[in-house]
Order: sequence, then structure tokens, then C-alpha cells
Amino acid sequence: MSKAKPKVAFYWCSSCGGCEESIVDLAEDILKVVEAVDIVFWPVALDFKKKDVEAMEDGSIAVSFINGAVRLSEQEEMVKMLRKKSGLIVAHGTCSHLGGIPGLGNFWNKETIFNRSYHTTPSTDNPDRTVPLEKVVVEGKELTLPSFYDTVYTLDQVIDVDYYLPGCAPPRDLILNAVQAILEGKLPPKGAVLSPNKSLCDDCDRNESKPEKLVITEIKRPWEVEIDPEKCFLAQGIICMGPATRTGCGERCIEGNMPCRGCFGPTDQVFDQGAKFLSALASILDTNDEKEIEKIVNTIIDPAGTFYRFSLPHSILRRRRMEAIK
Amino acid sequence: MSNGKKINLTINNKKIKVDEGTTILQAAEQLDIKIPTLCYHPLLEPYASCRICMVEVKGDTCDLFPACNTKVREGMVVETDSERALKARKLNIEMIMARAPAAEKVQEIAKELGVKKTRFEITDPEEKCILCGICVRTCEEIVGANAISFSERGKERKVYTPFGEPSEACIGCAACAFFCPTEAITCEDLHGRKVIHSELMLGPSTAIRVPIRQAVPMVPFIDEEACIHFKTGECKICERVCEKEAVNHEMEDQEVEIEVGSVILASGFKPFDPKRIPAYGYGRFDNVITALEFEKLVNASSPTDGKILLANGEEPKAVGIVHCVGSRDKKYNEYCSRVCCMYSLKFAHLLKEKTEADIYDFYIDMRCFGKGYEEFYHRLLEEGTRFIRGRVSEVTDMALTEKEEGKLIIRVEDTLIGAIRRIPVDMVILAVGLEPGLDQNEIAKIFNISCGQDTFFLERHPKLAPVSTFSDGIFLAGTCQSPKDIPDTVAQAGAAASEALALADKGTFELEPITAEIDEELCAGCQICVSLCPFTAITYNKEKGVSEINDALCKGCGTCVSACPCGASQQKHFRDAQIFAEIEGILVE
Repeated sequence: MSKAKPKVAFYWCSSCGGCEESIVDLAEDILKVVEAVDIVFWPVALDFKKKDVEAMEDGSIAVSFINGAVRLSEQEEMVKMLRKKSGLIVAHGTCSHLGGIPGLGNFWNKETIFNRSYHTTPSTDNPDRTVPLEKVVVEGKELTLPSFYDTVYTLDQVIDVDYYLPGCAPPRDLILNAVQAILEGKLPPKGAVLSPNKSLCDDCDRNESKPEKLVITEIKRPWEVEIDPEKCFLAQGIICMGPATRTGCGERCIEGNMPCRGCFGPTDQVFDQGAKFLSALASILDTNDEKEIEKIVNTIIDPAGTFYRFSLPHSILRRRRMEAIK
Repeated sequence: MSNGKKINLTINNKKIKVDEGTTILQAAEQLDIKIPTLCYHPLLEPYASCRICMVEVKGDTCDLFPACNTKVREGMVVETDSERALKARKLNIEMIMARAPAAEKVQEIAKELGVKKTRFEITDPEEKCILCGICVRTCEEIVGANAISFSERGKERKVYTPFGEPSEACIGCAACAFFCPTEAITCEDLHGRKVIHSELMLGPSTAIRVPIRQAVPMVPFIDEEACIHFKTGECKICERVCEKEAVNHEMEDQEVEIEVGSVILASGFKPFDPKRIPAYGYGRFDNVITALEFEKLVNASSPTDGKILLANGEEPKAVGIVHCVGSRDKKYNEYCSRVCCMYSLKFAHLLKEKTEADIYDFYIDMRCFGKGYEEFYHRLLEEGTRFIRGRVSEVTDMALTEKEEGKLIIRVEDTLIGAIRRIPVDMVILAVGLEPGLDQNEIAKIFNISCGQDTFFLERHPKLAPVSTFSDGIFLAGTCQSPKDIPDTVAQAGAAASEALALADKGTFELEPITAEIDEELCAGCQICVSLCPFTAITYNKEKGVSEINDALCKGCGTCVSACPCGASQQKHFRDAQIFAEIEGILVE
């Protein structure tokens, strides 16, 4: 009998499902993975229950790929359990790595989010003002829902994480490389982000098109201009997070003639992607006149959402101060 | 042209040996024998049209010759003042007098020849042109423009532009007027202004000139804009007349590279342009002048020989001096130009000394900060200059009373008596402030130094390093750093020179230990830092695709570090990790 195949688990927390999709996107290559490993837990695709995991021995899962940020008590419970049962934990995708799009919820809290979702969006019709409750008694039986936290957490703010697969969602070659490295035991030091530690400009075809002096006199949103498909976005006045974003994504957005929005997060030596990019952008504004600067800066719509689109929970800011939220 | 062959001849019984090709006129000149001329000019080919220079050559078949275009021959015997020659001259001058009776030069020669009036019919008593063709020859031979020529014949002959239309070939050089012996051609300033010095719009000057009497080095230069040669390719009169053969039109501006260890910048200032304050009427009123123009006027070597005169040549009876023009004014420059108060007091003193004029001095505050300055102010107070405290609002020529008629009226709020006053004067001197030079920012870029908010060069430290800049080896002297007077400039220049010498003496150079470095493993070559570096220490290495820092140029300002979006650029001893660790340390309770 052949040697037992390593056990692998996949789990999702607060995410859109795109990361699950990225595994399915491996297409035929998934067969190689399935051939090499035993998938022991994958709620989105296979029918396993919590108790199945509970029954496993501690450390019996070789590696768990967890995607999505942590914002519910159930998610916290599950990832803590998986941590116990797994040898390695890989934060799969931007949300578990940096907080991702759900992380923008950190500009608000549970109350304001619920108010918006269940009462004030234009499409909401909720005359009874019903909101989800953690406990409700229906016909004498108590039903429960997990608690919704005020703050969205990255995976490593809840459990110890061994590796990070960046991207929204991670591209297939990075996933395959990661799986292969784990199978072959050729692993980088713990805590590594499994993508090259350079910024996107390094791989970007448009880098050579940069003018001698890269300056911005006016900031444009992509729909406002006809974007030159050969020219550096920043040189066209379009905010491109590429210089502050780790490469390895295969420039999918750039090739689609859209600027980088920063889903791969910062490079190893940068603590706060948003702040770093903001600092870089401020440096290349082509004026020293305060009023002129204000004018340019005011053309940035939603600066927090632009610079911290994917990384707010991971950043130094982490979240908006609770007492500042009305 | 001389081929070295010598010719012997006798003029008025004097023997002389001259080069072959010399004319009788030139040979006579060498013997100091004067022969009158009209159509002759030493810089032009002889034309022999006026026949005033007729001389008798003995023993020849035809014995009367014009001296200006007759070449000497071996053994020639010339009489310049023989009876026959004089008779011919007299007849000729009579004919010329009939042609151009108004020409002074003709009258002068006639008088010398003893001719009182002409026997011939005078056609036009106002006529000055003697049709000598000097103007035509000048335009052709010297200027090369060929804008004028003779037209018609006989009595109708005249100097004309083609078809009598203003000629496009004319470059307006006025050389024809300059050469015309009888002032038949004149060239007038369209504005009819009396101008004294062109640089300051005070007067016409030649294309080749010494810029100012105090120029160092004291040598003339050619103003290409004004020089005829650079318009038509001809002329070069200056080259022909310069005995030392020092004039060279082929010389061009050269870029010379000199390797030096340090540089002292002393690029100076630009005087405030008072046209920016239209209410002061500079450029509209002839007698509103700037301080520099007054300085030029009052200088002993000025076109008026130092006399203080109005545009109409009269002496002013009242003069107003307006302080703070372009200084201490939020609309123009907020700073005080420091020198204007004192030079204005000097002007008031000079005016007192040289004229009888009443002197009004309009000031905001009297800033007499230097050694002996306050004492000078007190002297002026005693001399009787009238000091009026208040900013002048307007200089106008709109008279309200008879007394103001024909005067310039200075409107001012006299803040000491609390009233608006109108002071009629003849001359207004604007004490213009000092502004940074026009190319201040470009110079700053070249030398990697910075400019302050007012675009004067920024010193490294206002108190402790006032002549140094943020670029090592670059020092500042004078008004390029801030407005200052001559003593302060000299002191600063001395300090800058000794700083430069100290560096040269030491022979070594200390580098900044805290510099930035770019990790080429991490740099993605986004080039954001390259244009930001105020010391141009960063270059993009296209081959490697990374930006690189030149350690010798980096001053460790940290601009690139904060701008680097991927964290590849880090400041030694102030790495992000170190700073975060420090912050964490502080925040630990």
C-alpha cells in the first residue's frame, strides 16, 4: 500500500467565493492536486461537517488553505480549530492576507453596517425593521446565529499563519507553486508571502514608457480619460497602486488596461501599503503651492477606499476609531 | 592696395615717398596739407562728384584732378593751392551752393574759399542735399542693404528708395544719416524723447560699446541685436578702423568647461520693474525715473555730465523720491529690500548739493540700520529735505489747480498729519526694490541648491551657515541670497571665499554618514524617486531596471525614502523597521 497522501483542507471566511473559484480555476491541474493529496474538508464543494473536523487528530491535516477575512464568531471558532488540526496554515487570497474588500467595513461598525444593510439602502424594503439576531426563539425552539464583530480581522490577527498566498484572487501559477513547494517540502521561511518581493513596476511592460520626470498635475479616474494602453498609468494621471504593490499577479488588470488597485498588498519591507503609496503620490504632485495641492488632492474621490482598498485591517490604521463613528 | 612698391612725388614743393595706389589726397594728408572735401569719406570708395578737392598736376596734359580718386604716379608734381585749382574749387562750390543753399557744411567751405554767394540760380533755398552719394555708397558698401539709390537725372536727380515707397531693404540703421556731410538726412526717434542711456532707456548708443563706465573688464562688446553686420553681413567698420585689430566679428559665445572644487554663486538681483505699478506712471511720464536711471544721470560720466536734468533739458524745481516701490507690499514683495532707504537719502543729498530743487521724500519707515546711517539721516533732516511718512498712491499729471499745471502730482496719505496730500513736482524718482534674478530657479537646479519662498537662494542655516548651501562646496555671496547693501555683500563674499579656500586647503571632503540607499534586489525601477531627489543623486539604471543613489551626492534628506512606494529606498540609521521599533518602544506603557 502506498504511503498515505497528505491531507488538505480548504475553508472560507468573509469572502466573495472568488478564492474558491481560483482553486476550481486550476482546471485539469486540480486533478494533479487531487492525485497528490487527500482533501479532507472543503465546505464549498464537499459535504463535511464541523464535527468531522473536530474528530480529526491535532496536526493531522498537512495544510489548510483559508480564504476570507474573519468577522464572525463562527469564523473565529473554525479557523482556531483548523489551526489546531493543521501543520501549516496558508492565508489564501487578499481577504485573509490583508482584510480585503470586507476589510473596508472597518471604517464602520456592526451597528452602522446593519443599519445600512437592513434599513437605508435604496433597495431595502423592511417596514418591520427586522434585523438578524444572535438568538431567536421560534415555536419554542432557540435558533442562533454567529455574532457579527465590529471589526474585520486578517487571518493572522486571529491565528498564527505560516504562509500567505496574495491576490484577489490568487493566480493559478502561484497556487500551483505553493502546493508543489508544500508537497516537496521546499518551503521558504515561515511568514513568507508566496510571491516575488518586488513591486509591480518591475514586471510592468509600461514601466519603460515613464517620462524622465514622473509628475502628476491632475488626477483622473479611469472612466474620465481614454487610457493609452502603452503608457504608464501614473504618467496619465490615473492612480495606479502598482509601485506600492507586490508583483506576481501576472499584471491581469494592466493587460486589461486598468490600473493596479493593490490587491497583492505591500512588499515585505513596507508596513502600510496605503500610507506608503500616499506618500509616493504626494511626492510626485507637480506643485509646491498649497492651494494647487489641495485642488489636486480634492480630485481623489474616496481616498481611504482608494489607498486602503484591500489592506485596511492589515494597515497601521486597522480601523476607524469606534468613537468617531456616528 | 600696396604691393610694397614706393612712389616718389612732390606736393606743394615737399617731396614724399608713398605706397603705390595711394591717392593724392592721402599723400597730402601725410604731409599735413589740407585739401577740402565734401563727397569724400575715408571709409568709402572715392566718388569724386563734388570736385571740391581739385588740385593741379604740373606738366600733365589735363592739369586739374580731383585729389580724392587720383592715384599718385612716379615723379608727379602737385600743387594743391594753385590759382587754377582754387578757381576751379570756387566755381564748384558756387554750383553746389546753388544746389544746396541750406547746407551748413557747404557754407563753411565756401567761406574758407572766400566765396560769399553764388552766381547761379537757387532752386530750393531749403535744400541741403548736395548729391554727393555718400549715403548711397554707405548703404551699398558698408551696410549692404542697398535700400537707397539715385533716381532721375540732371536737375531732377535725387536720392530715393525704390518707387519712393518705404523700403523693406532698409534696416533702419541710420548709417546714411550718420555719414551725410550736410545733415540732409536725419533720423529721429519716433517718440521724440530725449534719451540718454539705452540700457536704461536713457539714450541711443552704438552697436559696439563699453557697457558702462565702471565695467570690469573695461572693454567694448558688440551688441548683436543692433550691429549692422549681423543684419546684412556687411559693415565691419569697427574692424576696419581698429588699429590694434582687436575687433573680430567671427567670435562666438563659447561654452568653457572648467573643473573646480567649489563654486561661489553671486548671480545678483533684478531691480523691481515699476511698470508693474501703473499708478506710478513709469513709462508714461518722461520724468518718472527709477533709482538706477537717476544714478546713471547723476554720475559724473553721464550723458549730461552729471547734471540733474528733466527730459526737456531743464533743471527740476521739485523732486519727489518714492520709497518701497515693489517692497514691503503684499501685492509685490513682502520683504524689505534693505538698500532703498539709504540710497534714497543719498539721492536727496545729491539733489540738495547739485540743484536748487525742493526735495520730498515719501517713506513708510526710515530704515537706517547700518554704521553711520542714522547720523546721515539726521544730516538730511537738517539739510531741509521734506520727509513725508506715507505710501504714495499715485503719480498723475491731472492738474486740479493752476499751481499743478505741467507738473507731476504725487498723491499720498501723510500719516503724520492724517491727511491726503497732493505734492506737485517735476521729477519723481522711484526707489525700486531688489528682486531675485530671473533664472534663480534654474541656477538652483544646476547647483542642487534650494530657493526660499521668495526665490532668493536658501542658505544652509540663517545664523550658523549663512554663506553655505545644502550642496557642499556651493557658497553664496550677495543679493542672490537676499537683498543686501554693498558692505554686507562684501562681507559675505569674503566669508564665501574663505569657506571655499578652506575646502581647497583641506584637500579632502567629508561625506554625510546618514544617506539613503536603494536595495537593488527590492527596487522595481518605478522611478518615482529619480526626479524627486533635490541633489540629483539618483539615476535610473535602465540595464538593471533599478534606480541607484550616488553616495557622494546624497545628503540624506530622506525624500526618496518617504516617496519609495515599495520600501526599497531606506535611510541608513533611520530605517522603517528602526523607526517603528522606536515608536513601539515609546508606546509601551
